[in-house]
Amino acid sequence: MTSVPLQHDESLPADWRDLLALTKPRVMSLVVFTGLCGLLAAPAPVHPVLGFTAVLCIALGAGAAGALNQWYEADLDAKMKRTANRPLPAGRMSRQTALHFGVGLAVFSVILMDLAANHLAAAVLAISILFYVLVYTVWLKRRTAQNIVIGGAAGAFPPLIGWAAVTGDVTTLPILLFAIIFLWTPPHFWALSLFVRTDYANAGVPMLPVVAGIESTRRQILLYTLPMIAAAVAPWALGLTGWIYGSASVVLNAIFLVLAFAVAANKATESKEMGPEKKLFAFSIIYLFGLFAALVVDRWMIA
Amino acid sequence: MSPQPEDEIIRKRQRERAKVTAILLGLFVVLMFAITIAKMTINQ
Repeated sequence: MTSVPLQHDESLPADWRDLLALTKPRVMSLVVFTGLCGLLAAPAPVHPVLGFTAVLCIALGAGAAGALNQWYEADLDAKMKRTANRPLPAGRMSRQTALHFGVGLAVFSVILMDLAANHLAAAVLAISILFYVLVYTVWLKRRTAQNIVIGGAAGAFPPLIGWAAVTGDVTTLPILLFAIIFLWTPPHFWALSLFVRTDYANAGVPMLPVVAGIESTRRQILLYTLPMIAAAVAPWALGLTGWIYGSASVVLNAIFLVLAFAVAANKATESKEMGPEKKLFAFSIIYLFGLFAALVVDRWMIA
Repeated sequence: MSPQPEDEIIRKRQRERAKVTAILLGLFVVLMFAITIAKMTINQ
């Protein structure tokens, strides 16, 4: 277990680089990408400036949620190797600064979205920030092994927001895009939590491998992969996309399924022997990028 | 009396934050101007 000072010298202003780190820029890249894809897949033209602003608001909203998550979880982050060097657990910033920064950024992103796009996009953005902070971070994460399953909804909102920013409504396709990310989140995070489970166990976070065991988690990964595949193929099966998305979806889902089977068949309990889990985790990121990129190419080719 | 090293770090961070804030505020003004023009274009 890593022990890191949580104390911060109040007279020392936070470094702007630490404020930037508080927004979790790497996580933000996937959020921005799926939000942009939702916006580009919408069946209406969007002014480049307003489209850029909508994506910027999604990024700022995700950054605000990340900052508020780190504000609330500073004690937890201090106990895990992976997160111990974040600005708050490392003592480089006061908790109050993180709270003010997170709330300010959240309010700013929602107001700007309302000005540049419409009320619906701003409302969904506000709901997604509140869901991530209140439902996932505060309520579920420390209480249930299903934290990722329900909390995954927070990360599934961006394509819905992007679509709503252009059209002002929500139809079947953006709901399916929401479902894909929602069902993708458990296999993605459980694969990670399998090979860093000692970190979660030390911090007292009830992730599935800690609570239900390694074998059960591997089975759950495979079980959640099946509805995820159904959701990912549905846009093509329902005639909402063309052959480009359809073929990309079939190939990506086939690879995902093979990797999920490899995880289910793995019997190793040591992190260094969890090659299939690491492969699935790495591929799951490529999978989501590939699927959403194929969606945009498909919609633009048809248009 | 020469400034303490701690004071120098505080001043350095304040200067850097002031610069970043100024750049962000400038970009915000440009963005608001562009949004206004874009909305006017759409309404026409």
